[in-house]
Amino acid sequence: MNTLTSNPVLSLPETKKQMTKAKPRRRLNANQLMWLLKPLGFLLMLLPFAYLLFTLLTGQLGPNPIDEITDFTGEWALRFILLGLALTPIKLVFKQTWPLRFRRMVGLFAFFYLMLHIATYVALDLGFDLAAVFSDVLERRYITAGFLAFIILLPLAITSNRAMVKRLGKKWQALHRWVYLAATASVVHYIWLARGEVWEPKVYLGILLVLLSVRLFYAIKKPTRAKR
Amino acid sequence: MSDWMKIAGIRSSEITDEAVFKKRRQLIQASVAAGLTGMIASDAIADGHALKKPIAKSPFSTDEELTSEKTATTYNNFYELGTDKSDPSRHAQRLKTEPWSVVIDGECDNPGTFTLEDILKPHAIEERIYRLRCVEAWSMVIPWNGFALGDLLTRFKPNSKAKYVAFETLQDNDLPGMQTRALDWPYREGLRIDEAMHPLTMMAIGMYGNTIPNQNGAPMRLVVPWKYGYKSIKSIVRISFVEKQPPTSWNMAAPHEYGFYSNVNPEVSHPRWSQAKERRLSGETSGLAALFSSKVETNFMNGYDEEVASLYSEMDLKKFF
Repeated sequence: MNTLTSNPVLSLPETKKQMTKAKPRRRLNANQLMWLLKPLGFLLMLLPFAYLLFTLLTGQLGPNPIDEITDFTGEWALRFILLGLALTPIKLVFKQTWPLRFRRMVGLFAFFYLMLHIATYVALDLGFDLAAVFSDVLERRYITAGFLAFIILLPLAITSNRAMVKRLGKKWQALHRWVYLAATASVVHYIWLARGEVWEPKVYLGILLVLLSVRLFYAIKKPTRAKR
Repeated sequence: MSDWMKIAGIRSSEITDEAVFKKRRQLIQASVAAGLTGMIASDAIADGHALKKPIAKSPFSTDEELTSEKTATTYNNFYELGTDKSDPSRHAQRLKTEPWSVVIDGECDNPGTFTLEDILKPHAIEERIYRLRCVEAWSMVIPWNGFALGDLLTRFKPNSKAKYVAFETLQDNDLPGMQTRALDWPYREGLRIDEAMHPLTMMAIGMYGNTIPNQNGAPMRLVVPWKYGYKSIKSIVRISFVEKQPPTSWNMAAPHEYGFYSNVNPEVSHPRWSQAKERRLSGETSGLAALFSSKVETNFMNGYDEEVASLYSEMDLKKFF
């Protein structure tokens, strides 16, 4: 685990020095490019939410929208968690660093969809019946796993801003490495929740295993490389 | 196009000479004389048009607010037509309901293969407004049109070895859901003979005063209101009287989650969710309003406790769930 020092989801942006180093000959320098790409990325990641809102308001979610919203937001939260985990492996394999600049945004979007997921379940599905939430967390293992992912991701989201990165220093990275466990718990949540014949959870499990393997492979192969 | 033309199976495009016209007219008059209220010709089954009025009311009906016809016909579980709730209505036309015949076999004196017309002929159609409780913790209130299953079963004279009744849904490899390995086809269900003969158990051929839409189990389906919805098997092609408890699809797929009895019971949780409450899908539930449809308490035996309790007086319902 010690050697797995590559970057977790919610991480600090690159320093200016690294940016200019990455792409020196472009007409737009990397910084300027980011000014364009960041808002674009933001809008792109907001698209699932816009789609959800549109289908809800036009009555396309059908007569039982609460179940649909719960599934939709849960699945997008999981996708963003895995996307966040994929950025470092992309850097390691394809030697592209620019996706790493989106780590914080991807991580916070994962948290955004996760909050919608949990709010739908607690407020709309259970009508704020906290006793029901409590017994669900204790009695249903898939909710236990999902709850575990949530309580791990909550402090990561809170400490994702620049001030907290500075303040926590070395501890920050140690803290944010918990995202591996949160991602695993999220996939387990989906596997335990779904009926046996549903194939999607297995796909997410496959992606998670590939992402973790890539990190492990590079950590073993070039332990020094991770010390960036 | 008038109603009687539909009943006679005549399309507007057809040119009918007078002799045929008269003959058909006689046929219709004969069938009306025979008291075939709600009898439907094969053409009508595919069209899904209004059943013949009047339809007798049933004392078993609830006066709760009806689920809208749109909701009840677009939010369905019918895996042969796809696993999404909207799949069955979208793929409804892929289910071919004519010609339709039903095999009756097993422990009875009058087995055989019967056309749908033969099956339905002697039965007067009544309306029964029942609560439908899905195992997925949602529920509807649906006005079914049909008749007591017991009245149908006695016609085949089940013998003393007929302890259970097994049912099978049509298996047609052209149906879009058949490729999924979700269930072991054909869909199978079963009841104990006393459950099958219970006056609440009905065979439905219509809903909301119309012939039953394909996605809801055309041309005929079971309705067992005190059991979870999946017991009410759709599009039935085989009814067998058997001595041993027959295998049932969801029980085969996940025996620890779905029992043979599957009586609605708020105290027996599904392993993955509570059965204590249900979301009632009533009225025109769509758009924002549906977000705030709160859950209501689920009643033991779906509220039919008084009528059916005697069936299970000696049984541990936690064990036989």
